[in-house]
Parts: sequence; structure tokens; C-alpha cells
Amino acid sequence: MADAAVATASDRAASRPRYGSMSRDRRWALRWSYFFLILFAIFFLTPPIYMFITSLKTSAEISAESNPWWVYNPTLSNYIELLTQNTYLTFFRNSAIVSVITVVITMTISVIAAFALARMRFWGSATLATGVFLTYLIPETLLFIPLFKMFAWVNETFGIQLMNNWWTMLILYPTLTVPFATWIMIGYFASIPKELDEAALIDGATWMQTLTKIFIPVALPGIIAATIFTFTVSWAQFLYPLAFTTSTTELVLPVGIITTLIKGDVFNWGQIMTGALLGAAPPLIIYAFLMDYYIAGLTAGATKG
Amino acid sequence: MADIAARGPAAVTGDSRSGLHKLMQRKSTIAFLMALPLIVLILSLVAYPAGYAIYLAMLNKGMTRFVGLGNFDFLFGRETFWMVVYQSCLFAITAVIFKAIIGFVVAHFVHNIPSKGQRKWRGMLLVPWVIPPAMSTLAWLWLFDPSYSAFNWILANFGIDRVPWLGETGWARFSVILVNVWIGAPFFMIMYLAALKSVPEQLYEAASIDGATWWQRIWYVTLPMMRNIIAITALFSLIVTFANFDIVRVLTKGDPLNTTHVFATWAFRVGIESGDIPLGSAVSLFMVPILAVAATFILRDISKRGSEV
Repeated sequence: MADAAVATASDRAASRPRYGSMSRDRRWALRWSYFFLILFAIFFLTPPIYMFITSLKTSAEISAESNPWWVYNPTLSNYIELLTQNTYLTFFRNSAIVSVITVVITMTISVIAAFALARMRFWGSATLATGVFLTYLIPETLLFIPLFKMFAWVNETFGIQLMNNWWTMLILYPTLTVPFATWIMIGYFASIPKELDEAALIDGATWMQTLTKIFIPVALPGIIAATIFTFTVSWAQFLYPLAFTTSTTELVLPVGIITTLIKGDVFNWGQIMTGALLGAAPPLIIYAFLMDYYIAGLTAGATKG
Repeated sequence: MADIAARGPAAVTGDSRSGLHKLMQRKSTIAFLMALPLIVLILSLVAYPAGYAIYLAMLNKGMTRFVGLGNFDFLFGRETFWMVVYQSCLFAITAVIFKAIIGFVVAHFVHNIPSKGQRKWRGMLLVPWVIPPAMSTLAWLWLFDPSYSAFNWILANFGIDRVPWLGETGWARFSVILVNVWIGAPFFMIMYLAALKSVPEQLYEAASIDGATWWQRIWYVTLPMMRNIIAITALFSLIVTFANFDIVRVLTKGDPLNTTHVFATWAFRVGIESGDIPLGSAVSLFMVPILAVAATFILRDISKRGSEV
């Protein structure tokens, strides 16, 4: 008994200075955290900032021997030139149309399918859910060559030219976005309590009404996250348009910038950086305003299900 | 209440109408029809091409004759092929390891600071992931420019010679990995940060009462609690990195001397640019084994978690 009392007393004595040092430790940990966070922020933000710096320079300043990290004579001429140039505006328009329609197609297919898979079991529905996830894991780099051949076959058989058309992307992009969107929507729908839709069914609602009146409003955060994901994936897609489109009127932004602004060995870096920065703007703006949904969508892919 | 619920569906099915109409009314039929667009999409544009790739890989260049494993035989005899295998593995494994380490470290730093400022830092650090890779890689291409490299300008101020970022094999391999780490590390950071937040604070309190050092806290509390997320994020990233196309394509196009080619870019070069579709699809098929292994582990993890719930 006495021993135990002594032990606790000495423990308390020992723990007192430890407490003080712990808060000092914490203060130092905090300082170090900020220090390293600043270092990493520099690493992560250097390329976009350098893009911006270069976009404000004239060709003469870019090829000068002066400090590349500083703008001596800022000018907006690169922006003006690009935005009055028809080809760049065409790329931008193509990208915007393709991405928006892909979002509509993707969300229609995946919300309805996810509802069926999450709530209305049918023969093979569990297998299909797994299949959807597997499809999400198949990269486009495995599919573009057979698709290339299939498109040639479609042209020979039906006379429909799928090659070199911007709208062909509307067929291809959903293969990248639908599986993931369906997958996260299944997760969101499955988390809605069963009582909610049972109550609706008892009140005589059809399945479609249950979906539009209950599931879509309740799972709205998931729908926003899936929409953002679909848009950014479509906007950023590079391989399919590179493989399937060639004429300047049909190109989307990423491919357009790379194939038309880089002419042979002459690199007009001011314009390339301006074009890339403007091209990166839509996803960045969406991200800036809907960051929480964006992050929810990112983490949902692997953590839900 | 329960009575009404039980009678509800029974009343509908008990209503005998014509056979087809009844079939259309059945829940499972409606559900199947609702999932039909998804099924058609997956079968025609993912499953079919994937199988077709295997068939294509067994044709001759003009796609007139079946050559069995001839294309694979040809590939095994080419030095470039083995270089691509080596570079793909080096690229994917090194990049994933560095992304995981940087993501883990940065997530800890973000977790350490007061939660008020976390949102701001997290938002800033995720920017590389948000910019379309083809466009951010252009910025890197310009930073690595042989004559105007802004990095070399900084190094020159310290008296260090020009670095041939994309001109020499070793440096070019380093550069493509660096860009991939730059793009992918923020994703790991977000995943790990979410996992860190889910570790109960009491565990850390218990550990520090027991006198655990910070290293022991990470090793015995954080890592075991995050094991699942760490594994699944790394596997996801392994698939994406192994199949990566954009970075190598924009940065080096496989140069110098094909030493930076990965499977995807080499398949594009061979299959689309040189017009040898069967050989190109044979090359791309070599991505399948690693993808299959990673996918199996991911699926196992997901079904395991599914049965726990």
C-alpha cells in the first residue's frame, strides 16, 4: 500500500516537468510543421506559378539572359493573341462541349444504374457491381488500340466515320467516367436508410419517383462530387483525343495546345504557357469553389463500398 | 404498420395481368432495364475491346494472318522491349514509393497544425492534382528546357553546371519520375489526411501516457490504424502509374533513344504512329499482369470490408 502511494507520488513528480516539456515540444513541432509545409508548398506550386510568370512575358524577354523567375515588362499580349485566335477558341469550345455533354451522359447513366444496383437487387446485380469497379481499374492505355481498329471496322461496315470527330469523344469519355461515378453513387445510395424509400413505396410512389424525389435530393453531395470528377476527367483526357483526332477543328484543349502551339523546334513558350494556364483554369475554378465536394469525391472512391 | 408493408408488394403481384405486362412490372426487370445502359457501355466499349486486344495481338502486321504468339516472340527478341519493361517497373515502383512517403509526411504536417489553417494548406497542396496532367507537364517541359531551364539558372547562381534534365538517360528517367511524384503526391496526402483524422485521439493519449516516443506513436498507433488506406491508395496509384501515358508522352516522347518509354507510350508509338496495330496491342497487354495482381488485392480488401459491415 505504502509502496504504491510512493510510486504514484513519484510518478506525479516526474510527470510535472514532462508536461511543460511536452507543450514546448508541441510548439517546436508546430514550427517545424510550418517550415516543411512551406517547403512542400513551394515544390507543389512552382510549376503553376512559373506558368503564370512566363505567360506575362514577351518572346524577347523569354529568350533574354535575365532572371527567368522575374517579369521585367509584364504584358498581356499572349492572352490577347490566344483569345482572339480562332484555333484556340475552337479547342476551348470543343473541350467545353465535350465535357459538359459527357457529364450529362455519365450522370444519367450512372445515377439510374447505381440506384438499381444499390436498392433493387436483380439476377447478377452483385456481380455487376463488382464488374463496374473492375472496369474502373482498366486503364484507357489498354483500350485505345483495339478501339482504333473497331472504329475502322465501324467505318467500313456502317459508313460512319468515328475517326477525327470531336463528338467521338462523347462515346469514349463515358467509359472512363461512368464506372467511377456509378461506383461512388452506389456507395452514397447504400448509405441512405432503407426506411426512407420503404415509406415512399408504401405511399404509392413508383421506383422512378423514389429516385427523383428521395434518393437524388438526399445524395446530392455525392452527385456533385461525381459531377466534378466527371468534368475534370473529361477536361484532362489526353490519350483518346491524341489517338483519334487530327484536324485542328476537332481537337480538344490538351491535344490542341501540344500539337498546334509547338511547331517543329520553334517553341513559343509565352503562348504555350498562357494556353496551358487558361486550359487549367476551369478545373481550378471549380476546385476553388467546391473544394470540399472535390475532396469528398476523391476519398470516396477508395474508402466507400 | 408491418402488415401494410407486407401486403403492399403482395397486392401488386397478386394483380394478374398479361404475362409480358407482369414481367415489365416486376422489380427485377425494371432494375435490369435501369442498369442496361451501363451494361451495354461496359460490354461494348470496355470488355469487348479488352478481349479484342488479345485477338489483335495474335495477327500479323497487315492483320491478314493469324500468327499465334509470333508478336510476343518478336518482342522478346528486341532490346527496346526489355528496356521498356525495365523502365515501366522502375517508373511505377519508384514513383509510388516516393508519392506514398511524401504524401504521408505532408499529411502529418497538415494534421499537426491547428485545424483552422488546415483547409487553406490542404487546398494549396492539392493544386498539382487538379491541373490536367498534360498541361502541368508542359510547365515542367519548359522548366526543363535545354537552353532556358529556369532550374539551371538557379543552379548556375550556385556555380553548378547545366543539368541535362531531359537530354541524358539517367536525368530523363529522374525527371519523368519527379513529375509523376509531383502530380500524384497530393492525392496520397489527401487520402492519408482523411485516414489520420479517423484515428481516435484516445489512442495517442494512451500511448503518450505509456511514454511512447513520437516514432513509437507512428509505428504502433498510426501505421496499424492506417494500414488499409495505405495499402489501397498505393495499389490504386500503382495501377494508374503503371499505365501512365501523359507525362512521358509530353515530357520526352520516350527519348533519349527510347530509354524513357513506358508500356503505354511505346504501344502508342508502335501501334498508332508506326501503324503496327497488332504489335502495339501486344505491347499494351504486358500491362495486364501487374494490373490484375493489384486489382485482385484491391477487390479482396473491398469485399473483406464489405463483409465486416
